[in-house]
Amino acid sequence: MCEGNLPGIPSCMDSGTEMNLGTKQITNAVTGIPLQSRRITMYIPVHFKFHTSMIPTPDPGLLAAITRATCEAFRQAEITLPPDVKQAILTAKEHETSEIARGELANILANLEMAGALSVPICQDTGVPVVYLTIPPHVPLNNGIFDAIAEGVRMASREIPLRPNVVDPLTRENTGDNTGEGMPAVHVRPGDRLTITVLPKGAGAENMSRIAMMLPSERGQIPKFVAETMLIAGGKPCPPVILGVGIGGTFDGAAALAKEALLEPIDTMTSYEKELLAAVNALGIGPMGIGGRTTALAVKVKTAGCHTASLPVAVNVQCWACRRATVEVQC
Amino acid sequence: MDLCTPLSHEVLMLRAGDRVTLSGTVYTARDEAHLRMMEDGIPFDPHGAVIYHCGPVIQGQKVIAAGPTTSARLNSLSGFLIEKGVRALVGKGGMGRQVADQLKGRGVYLAFTGGCAALAASRMTLKGVFFEDLGMAEAVWVIELDRLPLVVGIDAAGNDIFEGVHRNAQAEFKKRFSLKKEAPA
Repeated sequence: MCEGNLPGIPSCMDSGTEMNLGTKQITNAVTGIPLQSRRITMYIPVHFKFHTSMIPTPDPGLLAAITRATCEAFRQAEITLPPDVKQAILTAKEHETSEIARGELANILANLEMAGALSVPICQDTGVPVVYLTIPPHVPLNNGIFDAIAEGVRMASREIPLRPNVVDPLTRENTGDNTGEGMPAVHVRPGDRLTITVLPKGAGAENMSRIAMMLPSERGQIPKFVAETMLIAGGKPCPPVILGVGIGGTFDGAAALAKEALLEPIDTMTSYEKELLAAVNALGIGPMGIGGRTTALAVKVKTAGCHTASLPVAVNVQCWACRRATVEVQC
Repeated sequence: MDLCTPLSHEVLMLRAGDRVTLSGTVYTARDEAHLRMMEDGIPFDPHGAVIYHCGPVIQGQKVIAAGPTTSARLNSLSGFLIEKGVRALVGKGGMGRQVADQLKGRGVYLAFTGGCAALAASRMTLKGVFFEDLGMAEAVWVIELDRLPLVVGIDAAGNDIFEGVHRNAQAEFKKRFSLKKEAPA
């Protein structure tokens, strides 16, 4: 019964229920040679009540549902743009006066129609998988859920299909299935429902993103930093872009805020966001960097408290293909 | 104007800002393919050829999605292709002054709308592949185009539409934020 103990968990007692913890490879601690693979079971004492969040293995049915939902979210995001983004592109086309700029936006709209009609990705850079997860209180959060999401990414890569984009950063060896160390990038927070939001992120725009540790006295310079980011970027990030701006927090936190800002709908903007947008569009870079009135469709800002001596500012550049989709898992 | 490969002197007549369509054979090439071609030679006839800066999604024998990649990554890797007779580079976002100079009297840079991978794929037929070991995104795919809509980004006289836009953007930036020194290009 009591074939192996897990660290930190009480060993077997006289009475209780048996719990299956799956198969684990056991190795000899001295030689490192694998011993016969065996089933690990743990004996749970009756007086030791497990809270649901302590159960190490979530329902396999739920994990399968998470895998399917992840795949579906990618399918939706890769093939169909959210309505607010499509509307912003339509409005931009009306707003442009240059024939070339209108032509570029017309190509983008024709491309959206074609992707939908053929059920193929909008862009061949199907991005790296970025996933935002909300977990309700009754679902245990553990590696099983992360593995299920990674499996969903593999499924999406095969079925949609997605271009294999994930490589080792130094050897540049491609994993072939869009997963890898730290990929998919999964961000979790508690919620009242289990939702999977995906934001596949292409490299052309991501590569033009910037971060600055500004001085607290420089907060009036934020519009300049944001506009400068697009001045440097020019046509490279496939404008018209959407800019996610993270202000405050920590060095890494500002970048995370900037990316989260890209999840926000772009049909509303604060007056500060509109001010930043005006500064960017005044540059006249235009669709695809060949000139025009629409360099950015929107600017979205997220803020967080920061050190009194700090002002981290991050700009995450998103191409016009602002692909995001959310799928809820019933549980 | 409707261009058809192999390209010849007609590209020298094009002017930056012209809208054209392109039909015929193109060869996709990104960073790794350029490096391989520099080392091992060009695996196709470069005379009048067109290079497409693209890493497509291929499934079986079909082009699923094939929009352009950022051409500027290949700024320092393109000279040998133009010297060997390549007449047009197709991509997005523009290239540097170095490439504009190399193209003078020889060829053009044609811009395709970034991200328009489904539109592009609907006008493509897959013909073959070189350097498949480089992986899907980096291999050289031989693709037949049917009237892909493009804009002349850099013409054979050295006019660069992206350079003009950048100059204006820089002037506007300086005016708005009263910069003393120039922002990095």
